[in-house]
Amino acid sequence: MAEMDTSSSGGHKKGPGVKKGKKLSTRVDLTPMVDLGFLLITFFIFTTTMSQPTAMKLFLPKDADNPEDQNKAKESGVITLLLGKDNNVFYYEGQLAPDGSNFKSSTFKEIRTVLLEKKARTNEKDLVVVLKPSSESTYKNVVDILDEMTINVLKRYALVDISPVEEQLVKLSDAAGAASASN
Amino acid sequence: MGRAKLPRKSTNIDMTAMCDVAFLLLSFFILTTKFKPAEAIAVTTPNSVAAKVAPDKDIVLITIDKDGKVFITMDDEQKKEAVCTYLNTNLNLNMNVAAFKKAGFYGAPFSSMASFLSLPEEQRKGDKLPGIPVLDSTDNQMNVWMRAIKDAYLGSKMNLLVKGDNAAKYPAFKAVIDAFKKNDELKFQMITNPESVPAGTELWKKTMAGEKREE
Repeated sequence: MAEMDTSSSGGHKKGPGVKKGKKLSTRVDLTPMVDLGFLLITFFIFTTTMSQPTAMKLFLPKDADNPEDQNKAKESGVITLLLGKDNNVFYYEGQLAPDGSNFKSSTFKEIRTVLLEKKARTNEKDLVVVLKPSSESTYKNVVDILDEMTINVLKRYALVDISPVEEQLVKLSDAAGAASASN
Repeated sequence: MGRAKLPRKSTNIDMTAMCDVAFLLLSFFILTTKFKPAEAIAVTTPNSVAAKVAPDKDIVLITIDKDGKVFITMDDEQKKEAVCTYLNTNLNLNMNVAAFKKAGFYGAPFSSMASFLSLPEEQRKGDKLPGIPVLDSTDNQMNVWMRAIKDAYLGSKMNLLVKGDNAAKYPAFKAVIDAFKKNDELKFQMITNPESVPAGTELWKKTMAGEKREE
């Protein structure tokens, strides 16, 4: 049978004079324990969701039954944003021209400059932002654009249903944008 | 000149203190971690700069998943019971009140609510359920749900929340807000992930100036 060498002296002989049992230190090497501790800490740090979900408030306007009750906005102060497919944003100021000449396209990144520029040259009382998400836009787009209102401190804005003409126009522009992107 | 003798120092460091700190931090993180309960409906919410923490009491949560399916979650058992009785009496649904109270969320057309409630809890997963039909404008069942809920919460506080997925299309969201409007519930909150205010914007300047934000 193989036997374990239990003698502490190992291979070396310490000479005939050494007979006392070796004094074992009570100190334990804590390094692995610290390693383990930090490993677990990193695990918990990464899995913890510290950030609580936040809530964004939205007040809906009451539907006015007869058109006379609806809020009137000055044409010069209105900017309408239309949300299309693939995070496209379109906008026009005032009324939409019948030939669509004032219908411009933008993106979520650029819309901030557009809004700020509009805000700078419009009387604050007249400024109204009308948001019209098309059926192709996503929930994220809507939240993003509402957030944009908060970021740019635009007090008056409304979420409005899109008209069929505009829906059509957005669809066409989306398709045109996709075509030009693929070229 | 005599040289100062440098005492030979051991390279061993006492790890005890470090170990203490490590485990202190560890216990802190273990105790503060709140594991997310497994969600039956997978939803990734968009980000916003809103700073208000979402309420978690007296909630009526409308979830819209990425396919535009709509689910309702409520937390108050008494209100659930009231909603169930309202629906049973008005639509003759014959739903089991106890099962209705136990269910974590609701996501089926009224016609199949009974079979939805008879499903075992673990089989009620968002991606396999039909959701509450909202897109048909003549039969937006959200209207009925909201009426029932409004009736149940009459005279008490209700936090109406909408939790939508990034990829959910707008018509589903619109159908939900239309149902809110129909029932005169004009205030609601949307659950989002916090995001920092972009530097240089007006809101950023305001917060830097220490103005309190309007909620």
